Amino acid sequence: MSNTNSQYLIDRGDNQYEVVIGLEVHAQVTSNSKLFSSSPTKFGSEPNTQVSLVDAAFPGMLPVINKFCVQQAIKTGIGLNAKINKRSVFDRKNYFYADLPQGYQISQFKDPIVGEGKVILDMPDGQKEVGIERLHLEQDAGKSIHDLDPQNTFVDLNRSGVALMEIVSKPDLRSPDEVSAYIKKLRSIMRYLGTCDGNMQEGSLRADVNVSVRPIKSKEYGTRCEIKNVNSIKFMQMAIEYEANRQVDLIEEGKSIDQETRLFDTKKNETRSMRSKEDAHDYRYFPDPDYYL
Amino acid sequence: MTEITSLSLSNLVNKVKKKELSSVEITKSFVERSEKSKKLNAYITDNFENALNKAKQFDENPNLDLKLPGIPIAVKDLFCTKDVKTTAGSKMLNNFIPPYESTVTQNMWNEGAILLGKLNCDEFAMGSSNETSFFGNVQNPIDENLVPGGSSGGSASALAARLTPVTIGTDTGGSIRQPASFTGTVGLKPTYGSCSRYGIVAFASSLDQAGPMSQNVEDCALLHEIISSYDSKDSTSVDFKRNEYSKELNKDIKGKKIGIPKEYRVDGMPDEIEDLWKKGVEYIKDCGAEIIDISLPHTNYALPTYYIVAPAEASSNLARYDGVKYGFRAEGKNLIDMYEKTRSEGFGSEVQRRIMIGTYVLSSGYYDAYYLKAQKVRNLIKSDFDEAYKKVDAILTPSTPSSAFKIGEKTNDPISMYLNDIFTVPVNLAGLPGISIPAGHDKKGYPLGLQLIGKAFDEQNLLNIAYAMEEKIGFENKISDWWMK
Repeated sequence: MSNTNSQYLIDRGDNQYEVVIGLEVHAQVTSNSKLFSSSPTKFGSEPNTQVSLVDAAFPGMLPVINKFCVQQAIKTGIGLNAKINKRSVFDRKNYFYADLPQGYQISQFKDPIVGEGKVILDMPDGQKEVGIERLHLEQDAGKSIHDLDPQNTFVDLNRSGVALMEIVSKPDLRSPDEVSAYIKKLRSIMRYLGTCDGNMQEGSLRADVNVSVRPIKSKEYGTRCEIKNVNSIKFMQMAIEYEANRQVDLIEEGKSIDQETRLFDTKKNETRSMRSKEDAHDYRYFPDPDYYL
Repeated sequence: MTEITSLSLSNLVNKVKKKELSSVEITKSFVERSEKSKKLNAYITDNFENALNKAKQFDENPNLDLKLPGIPIAVKDLFCTKDVKTTAGSKMLNNFIPPYESTVTQNMWNEGAILLGKLNCDEFAMGSSNETSFFGNVQNPIDENLVPGGSSGGSASALAARLTPVTIGTDTGGSIRQPASFTGTVGLKPTYGSCSRYGIVAFASSLDQAGPMSQNVEDCALLHEIISSYDSKDSTSVDFKRNEYSKELNKDIKGKKIGIPKEYRVDGMPDEIEDLWKKGVEYIKDCGAEIIDISLPHTNYALPTYYIVAPAEASSNLARYDGVKYGFRAEGKNLIDMYEKTRSEGFGSEVQRRIMIGTYVLSSGYYDAYYLKAQKVRNLIKSDFDEAYKKVDAILTPSTPSSAFKIGEKTNDPISMYLNDIFTVPVNLAGLPGISIPAGHDKKGYPLGLQLIGKAFDEQNLLNIAYAMEEKIGFENKISDWWMK
């Protein structure tokens, strides 16, 4: 592998491959209370001490939007030079999991609060523009803890219902260095605006990384894999490097790449298949009827 | 003592205010009659002991300025009541004791009312006969082995049998108006956004609405002004100026225009329903109001639309009953196994059927064809009413396509059961207020109801028209107390 003209390429004999990366960044909104309840959001509290009846999905409990979180999302959208949508809709994303008390996550699907925007990166060889596809608000899930007991899983709902901004970039990034610059730029914008503290250790900022590769002259995108929930810039870079090489190897062997969701194993420095496209959840998105439609 | 239970709510309130009756006397009477009426199976949970204690407390220091001074009231078991078991008619919540109170019930307690007990209902309010309840059938006091309607079947039965002076139900597709019609009582489904949904076990959030059930229109107006309030805890609650409906109640409806929608003349409608409707038209005319023929062209699509929208919302709303946090849990080998066993054993077959329908219509590949299309049709149904209300003040229809049927008669035929809601469902889809008032009897002597549909947030007009008609109709419920013999 060698880089020519500072361009990040993967070489295999005579073949050169370009890496195409898009990020879905999950940024925790800086706010005193959750997106749809008045529970506090302080990090590091005793398990299940910041949980309201709404967060625990008791019968008949209803979500009430936190106006401040909406303002924070709009502020962030302005910081990303993005279109602010006057009308946006909260949808339910339905799936079962022990740390998802409602059995659905309130998110935004078709009509996000923030539309297209852009971020300018200062790279060593000049400026680079990265397109923003959208920013939407959604609830975080709780936390399942599997390693405290050999038989049981423990659930901590402190995080359940905390406001997240999901910031989706266009597939405009071309190297691990650009990803690093992009995350740092996003973080500094949000820190300056006071909309997200950007603390990656506490999980306030994490990303799903979409990676595909294509021959250098190709105009079409290759099949992408999504690496879920990576929580440091270093790990993102390592995961991209591993994943891009894995995909190139498959192409060189004449094999095809399966569209799938993968996990990055930080200890082994490799990505592993989590589920294939066929096994993908059907989230049955629909507008949340707890709001006026 | 038995006479107390036959008094209307307004009478009881007056007698307490005049100190002719105490809260203890009233509460005792309803408790005693309820104790003798176990055969009706109207209650899931009684609160008799607590109620008597509360009544004693009230009498020791009576606040006679309240609107429901020391009046005992039993409510549908879909309303969460603090420290009192709330089941929604389901095994899933058989052990569930909420640490909170629904806004609607809190409004009643704030006016001095006392919780008498929790009334039977179809499981998660899904049913039209109260036969889907985990706690068994409810008997209609009109006749033995007759359904009281549903889903507020226990409420209607208890009210008609005089086990509670008034009651509250919830109405997603007719669950207040249909049982009111089957039991010869009055039931109001308010405008969507009039009563808070906070603390009511959700069935279909965009359709659910709580409302009063009573012996007469005056009581209905009084209870409605108490339970209807703006509530910031429900994002669909509407902050509009609410009347003191009972104070402003009047029978002068001269010059009002009442629409008769031709599309409600459905195929196979029994002659007695057709005749009742014609009589209704005469009553309206007698009151000095004007009858106008109108068209609601998309009426035919209301029932299929409802049976997409309501199950879709229900499939998502009922996902929270998963055995993890509260309620029933079946043991399983792992998380998925626990989910499957809990939900297979905890939900009855009608609830499971609707969860499956709802899951199907929201699935990718079917969403556009079913759910999205249903939402579009729902808008058309709403605009039908908007058009009609340019010409009329309210609309008159039958409440149900038949009188009460026998227990077991329709349990194996969900479609015929669903058809019961044919006249009530469009009102929920359009978010409008609708009231069912008793208007006559069929050949078997069973009560039949007429429905009045009003403009959004125009409950006062609706109640006034019902009040005027009630006087002309002069309905009397024929109840023989057969279950006590």
